[in-house]
Amino acid sequence: MCDTCGCNVTPAADEHAVEVLQGLLDANDHEALHNREHFSRHNVLAINLMSSPGAGKTTLLEATIEALGSDLNIAVVEGDLETENDANRIRAKGVPAIQISTGSACHLDAHMVHHALHELDLDDVDIVFIENVGNLVCPASFDLGQHINVALLSTPEGDDKPAKYPVMFRAADLVLITKSDLLEVLGDFDPDAAENYLRQIANPAPLYKVSARTGTGMDAWLDWIRREAGSRE
Amino acid sequence: MHELAICQALIGQVTDVARKENADSVSDIYVSVGPLSGVEGPLMQNAFPIAAAGTVADSATLHLDATPIRVRCEECGAESEVTMNKLVCTQCGDWRTTLVSGDELLLQRVVLGEINV
Repeated sequence: MCDTCGCNVTPAADEHAVEVLQGLLDANDHEALHNREHFSRHNVLAINLMSSPGAGKTTLLEATIEALGSDLNIAVVEGDLETENDANRIRAKGVPAIQISTGSACHLDAHMVHHALHELDLDDVDIVFIENVGNLVCPASFDLGQHINVALLSTPEGDDKPAKYPVMFRAADLVLITKSDLLEVLGDFDPDAAENYLRQIANPAPLYKVSARTGTGMDAWLDWIRREAGSRE
Repeated sequence: MHELAICQALIGQVTDVARKENADSVSDIYVSVGPLSGVEGPLMQNAFPIAAAGTVADSATLHLDATPIRVRCEECGAESEVTMNKLVCTQCGDWRTTLVSGDELLLQRVVLGEINV
């Protein structure tokens, strides 16, 4: 018996209790399912990009669009608390981008993405990247209807992020160690240690080292996208 | 601080239950929270009164039951109770495990106040 969950409380004779057994995020999950069906119906691969702020999500997308833009039609849903800055950077690459301004909300949810999808014609689109709000905590709890989660871990953040933010990194289907060009300068980020921390939370996801700025390691990431997009056609 | 959004979803569900049962108020709400759900119990307790204000759950008590994290080893089949950032088998040490419990976020039970008949 404990004092926290109420198992020690004897119900009063006239008490009216209702067993519910419903997930608190059921409404979000239901809407996420609709989003996923919408993507799948259009043969669109939906990738949710999650990371801390400044890990390089937008820079990675810019480089990805430049490399893949002629083979695959890409669209982007941008989540930020404020500004259209990131959406403008994506549009400058000739790709449609819908900006979701979350105000003070620390994460995207399925409802916001649903709204954004109303503004996006998926007929000629192969891949939608959803750039989540930069945050290693809250976005992990909300299914958006994506097919795949990609978590970015930038080298200046430290290699122990998967141990510090296990909920986020457990959800990742692929981990990108970004800003890998800084590995040499920093000297204290050990990619093997990052991989070990990821395995300690029982996640078998592959890790790729990439530098969107120099292009080093980008091929593995781009091949991965081509494979995933191809498997959905 | 996504706990407020979670509490608002909780209040929506509790309000539905109360409406179906013709209850004017709710006295107790029981929720299971696994550490790997990404929701912090104390933050949820703080957010709850904000979400509950002016609803049927205005004066309700939120009871949170923290479920243990348990994994089953895919190699040796053993089940172990583990911590958040070490989901490895405590028997054989292999990291290839499947989560048995610890990521739930579940409304278990609602205790209603007066029922209108």
